[in-house]
Amino acid sequence: MAAAQVVRSEWTKIRSVASTVWTLSLAVVVTVALGILISLLSRHEFDNLSRTERLSFDPTFVSFAGMSLGQLAMIVFGVLVVSNEYSTGMIRTSLAAVPQRGTFLFSKLAVATALAFGVGLATSFVTFFLGQAMLGEHRAAIGDPGVLRAVIGGGLYMTLIAVFSMGIAAILRGPLLSLGILMPFFFLISNILGNVGATEKVGRYLPDQAGSSIMRVVTPVDDDTPYGPWGGLGIMALWVLAALLGGFLSLKKRDA
Amino acid sequence: MIELEGLTKRYGEKVAVNNLSFAVRPGMVTGFLGPNGAGKSTTMRMILGLDRPTAGDVRIDGTHYDRLKDPLTYIGALLDAKAVHGGRSAFNHLLCLAQSNGIPRARVHEVLDTVGLTPVARKKAKGFSLGMGQRLGIAGALLGDPRILMFDEPVNGLDPEGIHWIRTLMKSLAAQGRTVFVSSHLMSEMALTADHLVVIGQGRLLADTSMADFIQRNSRTYVRVRTPQPEQLSDVLAAAGITVLRTGDGAFEVDGGKAEHIGELAARHQVVLHELSPQQASLEEAFMRLTAESVEYHAHSGAGDVPAARAWGEGWKGEG
Ligand SMILES: Nc1ncnc2c1ncn2[C@@H]1O[C@H](COP(=O)(O)OP(=O)(O)OP(=O)(O)O)[C@@H](O)[C@H]1O
Ligand SMILES: [Mg+2]
Repeated sequence: MAAAQVVRSEWTKIRSVASTVWTLSLAVVVTVALGILISLLSRHEFDNLSRTERLSFDPTFVSFAGMSLGQLAMIVFGVLVVSNEYSTGMIRTSLAAVPQRGTFLFSKLAVATALAFGVGLATSFVTFFLGQAMLGEHRAAIGDPGVLRAVIGGGLYMTLIAVFSMGIAAILRGPLLSLGILMPFFFLISNILGNVGATEKVGRYLPDQAGSSIMRVVTPVDDDTPYGPWGGLGIMALWVLAALLGGFLSLKKRDA
Repeated sequence: MIELEGLTKRYGEKVAVNNLSFAVRPGMVTGFLGPNGAGKSTTMRMILGLDRPTAGDVRIDGTHYDRLKDPLTYIGALLDAKAVHGGRSAFNHLLCLAQSNGIPRARVHEVLDTVGLTPVARKKAKGFSLGMGQRLGIAGALLGDPRILMFDEPVNGLDPEGIHWIRTLMKSLAAQGRTVFVSSHLMSEMALTADHLVVIGQGRLLADTSMADFIQRNSRTYVRVRTPQPEQLSDVLAAAGITVLRTGDGAFEVDGGKAEHIGELAARHQVVLHELSPQQASLEEAFMRLTAESVEYHAHSGAGDVPAARAWGEGWKGEG
């Protein structure tokens, strides 16, 4: 079975369902709109900040604030790409056509990942430039040290969130179960763990907490994070690999 | 050609398919018959490599399913007509299947035409009626122009026109020399389409026979007679050397007897007849008798119970 055939087939699948369009559009709109809003608010708040807060002020990171909500749409995208197969029963038709389950899963993931990366990267650039425009004199420039890395990193972050969700969905199969675990995890639990003193040291190894360091340019004044931006993204990538491995084994071993 | 060898599937404690061995040959329609829960769908899923056998082996033209290059060009299957993404159009559904097996796009239009779905090709599958869904599933099975076709209860829920269409299609596919394997739980349906029969019950093989043989062995012809003077009639028939079987409701069944002959005898001896009708035991009854035997627990089956009536549902009752 030529993998190229399967990739083409998966591309047809992904472009021919409405959920692809609405989840990805939602991710773009929410991330950009919220980024603009928070950048605007930050500009007006800047004068009220303390000295240390001003030193820690990271205009690049501020413009990416919308991602905390926009990533939820990316999660829905990732989950639906995989679990649609199960909830509709299509998986049996699909695996009858492509019985090599590894080829099937990784072709699907390759197509969805490429799409998520394209959309994520575009979102990241748009939200950066519009956010900086709102920040006025406090803005960062794309040529400043570390800024381009952060902006490209924003695209990578959104992609990895989507891929992680695909892996989890491949393990859990059902869309409701997958979303029921991923949404509260990324929206609530991870934030709580990362911001409560006692659990902070563990919390920062969670995929989103670690991964989002790639979007930081200015290190906060009293920061003791033991990894840098790429280290953080690497930790996130390890989570993603683990999820993918779990998804692959689950698909390989279990009856369809 | 599909070959099963000692094929077994266990789901926990439940043995869904038990040591099945048989072959499905080309050039004819092979009916795969069994009551609800007999293991037909499970067997078909194992043929397609969707479920892993607990033991045993199944091969398509001598090869394991997952070793087939572009499997849709070897074997096309309709397992569940609802196994499509409802948000995708019929055309795109078939297109993604075609692309995965290197089948040209033009073939998608061809099969849509064959099944009569061209006018709704761009419509979402979730709006399709049962019959249209079934046709879409069949289009998917035909897509790769395969030598082997497999259908799981294709006529379920179809109207008479749809049933007729599928019957004709299966026969013509077999006439082209293809292998056609079709499951059903209706013997009467199979009698009309199948050339060969494989019957299973409780996951076990009960019969692997040609349809003609099955009919010959199982079709019993008799004459049904009812009379208000049963004693006289029974004496008259006994005197003529005709053995009768008395049924519960005061009627007689005369095996192999001629209705004319019995009528004449009755007239000559002035016995009143209320009914005199030639009968043929249905194949459905033969099938039920066959599968009833496979039911392990004939719990509290009192005398005079029809075993088949009791057997119905034993396969799935109490499994939750
Ligand atoms: N995934 C599963 N997990 C557990 N038990 C199963 C599973 N699939 C099937 N079974 C059981 O295996 C047995 C055979 O089921 P199967 O669906 O193959 O029967 P069938 O002959 O297709 O019946 P029907 O005519 O109702 O379609 C049933 O008792 C069923 O409950
Ligand atoms: Mg079935």
